[in-house]
Parts: sequence; structure tokens; C-alpha cells
Amino acid sequence: MAATPLWVPILQTVVVFAYFLLVTAVLIWAERRIVGAMQSRVGPNRVGPFGMLQTLVDGVKMFFKEDVTPAMVNRPIYNVAPLVGVVAGFLSIAVIPIGGEVRLFGETFTLVVADLSVGALWILAMGSIHVYSVFLAGWASNSPYPLLGGIRASAQMVSYEIAQALAVASVLIYAGSLRISDIVAGQAGDGLIAGMPGWYAIPLFPAFLVFVVGMVAEAGRPPFDLAEAEGELVGGFNTEYSGLRFGMFMLAEFMQVVTMSAIVVTLFLGGPSGPTFGLPDSVAWIMPILWFFVKMAAFIFFFILLRGALPRTRYHRLMDLGWKVLIPVALVWTLVTAVFVLIDEQGGLTNEARITMIGVAGAIVIGLLLAAPPRSKEPASASAAERDREEVAP
Amino acid sequence: MTATDPTPAARSDDEVFVEGADWETIVDAVVDDTLTVNMGPQHPSTHGVLRLILELDGETVLGLKPVVGYLHTGIEKNAEYRTWVQGTTFFTRMDYLSPLFNELAYCLGVERLLDIEVPERAQAVRVILTEFNRIASHLVWLATAGMELGTTTVMTAGFREREHVLDLFESQSGLRMNHAYIRPGGLAQDVTDDFVARCDALLELLPARIADYEDLLLENPIWRDRLEGVGIIDAEACYRYGITGPLLRAAGVPWDLRKAQPYSGIDAYDFEVATDDACDSYGRFLVRLEEMRQSMRIIRQALDSLPGGPVMVPDRRIAWPSQQSLGADGIGNDPEYIRHIMGESMESLINHFKLVTQGFTVPAGQVYSAVESPRGELGYAITSTGTNKPYRVHVRDPSFVNLQGADEMTRGLMISDVVAVVSSIDPVMGGVDR
Repeated sequence: MAATPLWVPILQTVVVFAYFLLVTAVLIWAERRIVGAMQSRVGPNRVGPFGMLQTLVDGVKMFFKEDVTPAMVNRPIYNVAPLVGVVAGFLSIAVIPIGGEVRLFGETFTLVVADLSVGALWILAMGSIHVYSVFLAGWASNSPYPLLGGIRASAQMVSYEIAQALAVASVLIYAGSLRISDIVAGQAGDGLIAGMPGWYAIPLFPAFLVFVVGMVAEAGRPPFDLAEAEGELVGGFNTEYSGLRFGMFMLAEFMQVVTMSAIVVTLFLGGPSGPTFGLPDSVAWIMPILWFFVKMAAFIFFFILLRGALPRTRYHRLMDLGWKVLIPVALVWTLVTAVFVLIDEQGGLTNEARITMIGVAGAIVIGLLLAAPPRSKEPASASAAERDREEVAP
Repeated sequence: MTATDPTPAARSDDEVFVEGADWETIVDAVVDDTLTVNMGPQHPSTHGVLRLILELDGETVLGLKPVVGYLHTGIEKNAEYRTWVQGTTFFTRMDYLSPLFNELAYCLGVERLLDIEVPERAQAVRVILTEFNRIASHLVWLATAGMELGTTTVMTAGFREREHVLDLFESQSGLRMNHAYIRPGGLAQDVTDDFVARCDALLELLPARIADYEDLLLENPIWRDRLEGVGIIDAEACYRYGITGPLLRAAGVPWDLRKAQPYSGIDAYDFEVATDDACDSYGRFLVRLEEMRQSMRIIRQALDSLPGGPVMVPDRRIAWPSQQSLGADGIGNDPEYIRHIMGESMESLINHFKLVTQGFTVPAGQVYSAVESPRGELGYAITSTGTNKPYRVHVRDPSFVNLQGADEMTRGLMISDVVAVVSSIDPVMGGVDR
């Protein structure tokens, strides 16, 4: 690698972190506005244009609020826990490119902090560390609601991490690399069918679905916000937190939304790749940044819609979904992907044969899901049983 | 674990239930490997200030002890020192989500003691407004249930529609809640000229909105999963506890005081009692949705056949003497009436003075009058010793009675189900604690 001047990595770091912080701030505002619109409310509209600076003001408010530390907490862990979440959130975005190649002052570089050779593993590792933030906060608070929240969170996140990791594994097998830039490059150009993008979401659709469901659970967002569950556990793991520390949990949660959206776009939807519409090179570099933002914004919007539309799931139903549906599906699809890749290496199949097989396999998986919805409880009576039969699979 | 499995640890120390007891006593009584959680009185999902002492094994509920009294207001005792008319303004504040039912049940009892017949128009307006009140109350139930189950959109939707109903109440009584509009002998004043038009507009709006809720929730797998099979209580257990209202009807018993012991001429209208045989929270959800529809049916018929005439008994020894009228500077005492008592008739002035300060006397006797409130049988046991004040008024509040079933309904479920069950009971602490 040619020696790059020092300002390049500094610029990369600053731009990427500032970018994600900004997106997080906008997300918080957008969520309140969009959910407000869904609920025939106005949402924040006082500070700045359309209330866009509300997030900033809230941040300042959090900063100046009294920070109460309950007497019986385990102080060191209690203090560290919120930091862990924020730091893990920041670190996991370090390997995600937010745009294509940029040429500036004669230097060519990508808008990514570090293109690690184990980038995909890095993302999973940081996701695992995020669990500690929630779990330690719940444990260190020394209070029943946070404890229950912490237990819920660790069980939920650990189980969904397995499903997510398996989904990522099929991407890795398909791409043949752990490096994020290779995964992005592998999705450039046409896919199996000419004219369709080469996104991994298409050949690996079940894995994509598993990842999307898993990321909602990982981010602890409705309908899987059981660790907080303000209706049941008051605030879950963050019940005993206040002031800036509580603000850090908020930030970490919203960072998770942005991070997860960025990751799913990178792994499954081609990252920053997209058509440039024949623009001249001098402006064409903007297009990947735009594409990445649009794709990410679509997922963020999806997160917000979920929050506005759905009630919270029950804890054991969540675990059922994770262990009995997502993990088997992801596991099977990882094996199927491996078989395909092996066949490809042994000489390969025609495109038509591949598409047919993918279609058949997909149909089988969907058929299984519809045929056996996970129901563990006995129907209460004849009419409840009738309702069960009519019910669509979750 | 089934819902009827009595766990020794939870059954053994029932004295906590009775005495309240200090937190230390409660914690000491707990078997080692269970967790005792004090859910409430400050908790987002306990309908105000209900306190639930949960005994948990992991997340599984071994026992639930409701502790009530945090919103005790002493209304029953207070009423013993107030005139019969003033009582209305007290009782309307008990179950604050169904104020008109409180007024109605109390006034029906007083009227029976007085042995007077309320004018037809007043009866019809009472039915219309109480049925609207039922809709408003069920909307709040829907909203809070949505909030507690984590779907904030249902919350805002429910409160939004309820606000329209409260606007109607405000236009007639001047107050959104705690109206004191139904008085012994009739109504505080006649309905406004645009009353029918306002009701029509509401009857136009509400069915579409209720259909919206159904679109959002009926086939929502998470909503159904949260409610179906959760909080089961069958008819037998309902009889045992004295549970009435949507809980009993969701257990398949078509018991409704509007049919069983009709009041205010409600038997003249054609409607059905909504029932469901699922015995669970989802069944109660369906029953309440249907009850809103049936209430609108009743209101429609009552509006179409709304009779004219007075809204207060003609007996000037009972009817509130002062009349209100709308002047250039807003609502105030009717100048005609003021001229009459101040300038024309000394006897009228004396009568006015006596009635307003002292009130009327009610013949000695005991009476129990009950109406079907949104939460079940709301009964007023009134004792009069023949004075201008009640000797004793005891209220059978359905929230209080229904809450007894909470322990049986939640046993063996998880914490998140406790929230669903308590919301499906729909207790109003103002009524429970009184």
C-alpha cells in the first residue's frame, strides 16, 4: 500500500463519525415527526426549521439534568455500562464504507475508517459487546426492573446474534471474503438476471429476512423492545439511570438503529453501489454516497414504521421466533449457500438451473413457515381455536 | 402451571392482602428463590395508583396481591355531610371515566326513595349521554391497553376519539368530566339546540374510527398473541368473585343490567348484549368493541325518538329553582327568574333560598340502585333517615370487585401478561378506592 499522508485517515475518521452522528440526530427527529404523523400529532416543531434542532436541545437538556446515582448500585460497573454501548456502537461503524472512491488533492481513498480483513467479524464482535452495556447496566443497578430487563436483553440479544451471525455467514460464503470492501465489490454490477442488481439480498433472500428481523431485535426496537418495555418494566435496564448516562443509552439505542441499517445495506443491498446515470467523474463520486444514504434511510424508515404500528411481543414468543424459526432458516440457508458455492467451484451450473433451485428452495422455506406457525399454548376454547386457525403466520 | 394451581408460597400470607403491611414484612415472608417486585403504585401500566405485589420465579408470576387505597378520597363519608343534590357532584368523581353512570345510579336511587317519575325527555337524554359515556370509557380502555402493550398509535387514536365525545359532554354540561349533569329529578338543564346535530356528527365519525381500530388490531398477530389465552377467567370464577361487565360477558354470560334490570327506559330500545366465549383478554377486547357499536345503536334510536317536554320533575320542592340562560356575556342566571324572585314573589325567594342552602328531604328508607357501567354493575346502596342528607351511601364499584380476579387470572403467566390482564380488567382507581 502506498504511503498516504496523515490527513487522509484523519479526514476519513472525522467524516465517517460525523456522518453517523448526524444521521442519528436526524433519525431521532425523523422518528418523532413520522410517528407523530402516524398518530395524528404534530411532533417537535419549535426548535429550528421543522423542529430539526430538537435533538440538539434534548441533548443539552440531558447534559444539564441532575444525574442521580442510587445508593445501592455497583458504582464502577454502573458508570461504565452506558459508555460501553456508545463506544461499541461507534466502533462497529468503523468498517462500513459510506461512499465509493473519493479523489481529493490528488489522493484517492474510500470513505471508511478501516477496511479490516476481518470486517464482517468486527461488526459481529461489536454487536456482542453492545449486549454487555445493557446487561451490565441491568445487573449493576441492583433493582428488580433493571435486573429483569438485563436478563431479557441478554437472552434476546444473544439468541438473535446467533441467527444474525448465521445470516452473515451465508454472505461470507457467497462473497468468499470477510473484508467489507470485497463484499461490496462482489455486489457491484448485474446479478444472476441481467438488469437486476447483484445485491446479495436476492440470492440470499432468506438470510436477508433473518438478518432484518434479527436487527430489529438486536437494536432493541419495537416490537422487540422487551429490554426496556416501559409498559412492563418501567424502563428495563435503564430504569435507574438519569441525566447524561441515560442520554448515552438513548444515543446507543438510536446508534444501533443507524448501525444496523448501515450493516444490512452493506452486506445485502450492495452498500454504496448504484447507477451513476453517466455523470462526469467530477460529480459521479457523490452518487455512491447518495445511494448509501437512500438505502440506509429506507431501513431507518422501516424501523420507525414498525414502532408506530406494532405492539410489543411477549418474551417467550420472541425467543420462540429466534430459536425455532430464524436460527433453523439461517442455518439451512447457510448450508444451501455452501452447496451452491461448492457446485460453482466444481464447474458450475447454468444461470437458469440456479434460479430454479433458489426459487424451489425459497418456496419450501416459505411453505414451512406458513404451514407450522409456532404456537406453544393451548387454545382457550373452541372459538379461540377457530381464531387460531384463521390466524396468519407471524 | 394452570391458572387454578394454588401455589403455597403465594397463598400462605394472605394477611398482606388485608393489612397492606410494611415492605420488610412482605419481603421477609417470601420464599428464598423467588423475586418480589413491587409493581406500582408508581408504574406506567397500573392505571394510576394500583399497587401489585408480584411474586416471581424468573418472569413467571407465582402470585399477585393487589393493594388498593392510594387514591382514597373519602367520597362516601363526605356525602353524609352534603345535601342530596350536592351528592351528585361527589359521586361523579369516583369512577372518573364513567362520571355519568355514577350520577345516574345515584340519582335513580334517590328518585326511588322520593318516589318520583322523571320526565321522558330527561330519561332519553340520560340514556344517550350514558351510552356515549360508555363509548368514551371503552375508548380510554383501548387507548391505555394499547399504551401498555406497547402500541402508542392505538393510544393516541383512542384518546383522539374520546376527546370528541368529551366535547359533546362539555357542550351540554359545561364540563368535560365530572359533569354533575344528571340530578335527582332529571337533568341540570335541557340539552342545547344543536344537541341532536352534534350527536349525529359523532355517530357519523365513530363507526369509521372503530373500523380503523379493527383494521389495525383484529388480525395483528402480535396483538392477538398478547391477548389470546391470557387472563382466562370462566363464568364459574366470575360468579365466585362477583365479577360483572365485559369480563363476565367475555366468559359467555349475557348478563347486562340494561336487559336484566332496565333503567331510564332503556328497554324501549333494540340492542344486543355482546358476548364472547373465549374467557380471555382478547374476548374482552371483542366484547368492548361490540359494545361500542351497540351503544351507538341505542343512541341512534334514542335520538330518533327523542321526546319533547321538560327535563326536570315539575315538583318545585325538588327541582333546582335557578334557571340558566345565555346572555351577551355568557351563561348566567336567567334575568327573568331573578326579576321574579327579587321583585315579584317573596315566597319564591324563600323557596329558592331553602332549596339551595338546605336542599330537599328524602323519606326514610333504604334502596339499592344499579346500572350497567362500562366496567360492570355499578350499584348505590342508599340509606335515608328522612333528613336533607344521606345517612349512608355505599357504592358497589365494579372495578373494585373485578380486581379480585387479577390473582387468579395472572397466576402462571409472565410479567408482560400481568400488564395485559390488568388492562383487560380495566380498573379505574378512582372507583376502586373511592
